[in-house]
Amino acid sequence: MKRLFALLPIAAFLVLAGYFAYSLRPDHDPNELPSALLDRPMPDFALSGLSSADLAGKVVVVNFFASWCVPCRIEHPILLRLAQNNTVALYGIAYKDKAADNARFLAELGNPYRKVGADLDGRIGIDFGVYGVPETYVIDRLGHIRQRFVGPLSPGRVARELLPLVAKLSAP
Amino acid sequence: MPAFGAFGIVETGHFALILALVVAVVQASLPLVGAARRDGALMAIGTTAALAQFALVAVAMAALMHAYVTSDFSVINVIQNSHTDKPLLYKITGVWGNHEGSMLLWVFMLGLCGAAVAAFGRNLPPALKARVLAVQGMIGVGFLTFILFTSNPFLRTLPPPDNGEGLNPVLQDPGLAFHPPFLYLGYVGFSVSFAFAVAALIEGRVDAAWARWVRPWALASWCALTVGIAMGSWWAYYTLGWGGWWFWDPVENASLMPWIIGTALIHSAIVVEKRDTLKSWTVLLAIITFALSLIGTFLVRSGVLSSVHAFAVDPARGMFILGLLVITIGGSLTLYAVRAPSLQGGGLFAPISREGALVLNNLLLTTAAATVFLGTLYPLFLDAVGGPKLSVGFPFYNATFAPLMVPVLLAMAAGPLLAWKRGDLLAALQRLWIAFAAAGLVVLGGLYLTHGGPVLSVLGLGLAAWTACGVLVEWAERIRLFRLPLADSLRRAIHLPRAAHGMSLAHLGLAVTVAGIAAQAWEVERIETLKIGDHMEVAAYTLQLDKIERLQGPNFRADDATISVTHNAAPDGTLHPQRRFFPLQKQNTGQTAIRSGLLADLYVALGEPDPAGAWTVRAYWKPMVSWIWLGGLIMAAGGVVSLSDRRWRVGVAARLRGAVRA
Repeated sequence: MKRLFALLPIAAFLVLAGYFAYSLRPDHDPNELPSALLDRPMPDFALSGLSSADLAGKVVVVNFFASWCVPCRIEHPILLRLAQNNTVALYGIAYKDKAADNARFLAELGNPYRKVGADLDGRIGIDFGVYGVPETYVIDRLGHIRQRFVGPLSPGRVARELLPLVAKLSAP
Repeated sequence: MPAFGAFGIVETGHFALILALVVAVVQASLPLVGAARRDGALMAIGTTAALAQFALVAVAMAALMHAYVTSDFSVINVIQNSHTDKPLLYKITGVWGNHEGSMLLWVFMLGLCGAAVAAFGRNLPPALKARVLAVQGMIGVGFLTFILFTSNPFLRTLPPPDNGEGLNPVLQDPGLAFHPPFLYLGYVGFSVSFAFAVAALIEGRVDAAWARWVRPWALASWCALTVGIAMGSWWAYYTLGWGGWWFWDPVENASLMPWIIGTALIHSAIVVEKRDTLKSWTVLLAIITFALSLIGTFLVRSGVLSSVHAFAVDPARGMFILGLLVITIGGSLTLYAVRAPSLQGGGLFAPISREGALVLNNLLLTTAAATVFLGTLYPLFLDAVGGPKLSVGFPFYNATFAPLMVPVLLAMAAGPLLAWKRGDLLAALQRLWIAFAAAGLVVLGGLYLTHGGPVLSVLGLGLAAWTACGVLVEWAERIRLFRLPLADSLRRAIHLPRAAHGMSLAHLGLAVTVAGIAAQAWEVERIETLKIGDHMEVAAYTLQLDKIERLQGPNFRADDATISVTHNAAPDGTLHPQRRFFPLQKQNTGQTAIRSGLLADLYVALGEPDPAGAWTVRAYWKPMVSWIWLGGLIMAAGGVVSLSDRRWRVGVAARLRGAVRA
């Protein structure tokens, strides 16, 4: 019995090391980590073009993007498709982006957003806990952050996670 | 050519690091052979090697620091993390503000600990000392190899660029100058108790003398870790501008877990020392404490979890550290599995006794560490089995960690009042009537004053009062305060072992921290946009934005707000929060203005202006928030006082081991 107990720590550690080795696999994405603000109120903000008051009382998706960010260009067609069928209230926050560059970006690729706020110095990004653009937040009617997507949205993540969540939150 | 001198110094550092690896290989092997053959000369090599290793790593550290201070931009690491305009202090602290430099700091601390054992361990039995130093040498081999092959800070590039890329502005802060060294000293310091544990398993003997040798090392590391964690939390509080002080971030958790298990270790080692039992458990705790420190290092650097603190991600480094983990932790736990069953326990004790209370403390603390561990790695585990992405944050820890701390605090007041072997709980509780009364008074008064308010926080304050009074009761009992004339009590206090004073102080520190945490429920937060001349209210304060000035710093420019404070209609000075812009990194940081006090902090952070010229201002009134870190410092001070106890001084442990054998 005593011998068995003494074997317990090493057995537990080996299981743990196995998990670590598994999570080091190349296709693993550590960014699939939830927001520190999850289920907490969204930070208040008032940017030129968008303020937290615009988002109140409805289920919204807030996307942090920037014209200088290459993954944002990859993500952009998905956002356009998302905005087309009008199931999602999509708002944008231009993260550390010059106004002229941002306007050119949206003119060139199309504007999926109902409104765009200019977070010129990234302060609001810090408040939201943005690690890097793009990031996407789902916010419920009460203004609580319900989900966070780090990195570009993929069609799969939109279909599997984002749309079902928005539908669930929008249900009366 | 001025670059020539600098060139030589960097290569010297690089070479010293390679030599340190060679010396570490010697330190890891020969003393072990010597201990097995009882060869005094071979065993003595351990001492020399440990001192040499420290000297060599110190040379490497000094060389890198020199490269930073002189802005030698032929070194890639300096290019990536420094800039000529950076103030001198941040040129120095920039050395450990990045992955490679922080690993060098890590082995520097390891060398320091090894040299300390070599220099101060003169009274250790030679075989034990040789084995301890050999284990330290093995750890050194692992980490020096890691640095030299995957994270070399001395790599150069030609031609050197004109200037560097600068250090992340958030890290340019005096708080960060000293947070990592303390944290690392704590982490790495636990390698000494780990080495003692492994050496004891090799020898197959754990006795009271062993516990006496281990405990001061564990205690010193624990003190450093306590200060390191408190500093990190304070830094987050005043730098990040959210008013928060703990975020349950994976990297914060990585420092909290060894702290909790280390706390359990310094308690269970008392039982080994006094009662010659709980041996294999204490050895296991010593191994796990260091294992958790290593796992923390792994989590930060491998990219397995993402975190605000994480360093640049590189899977090759991750694999290497994982290999080190498997060898170090796996090897020591295998040794444990083989040897632990043969460690014979000594003294028996009843469940209600001092030992029983310490066992309870250990059970609760290990469970608490396990919950933090689970919370940190749960997303990883679920991901591995293809489960849903779950969030683990404040709700999880509030529901698991917080309730576990309640019995810890409840028992903390009673435990020291129980006798060894068999205690009388009823008598102990009777002596605690003052603590009952104080806690009751706080809870009832709190409920009355804040009726409808946060009940749990009132209970938290009551718990803090209970713990604090319990500590004072125990301390007063020891010096027989109010029972003997004051002069006699004073004399008793002077003659009381410093370890007893240290325990009271450390426990009191925890009560202070708990009170500070509980009081945060009454914080007041206001976020408003103010134009020049506008004012806002927060708690009993009125803040008026008088003006915003543009100031020029060494490597930033700042918008400096002058906010005049009115407290209950009386003028009460001004506050100057700033927003700083670092042109090099094109990054803004906030500089909060905090008026700290024992009763409450007034905390103001300046946001960005809108086009109409109105500035976002966040203001907090945070009651007793400084108690959180004050408590941490008191705990560490308690540890230091305990360390100054004459029992630890040279000679006492050796005599004890002689007595045990005789």
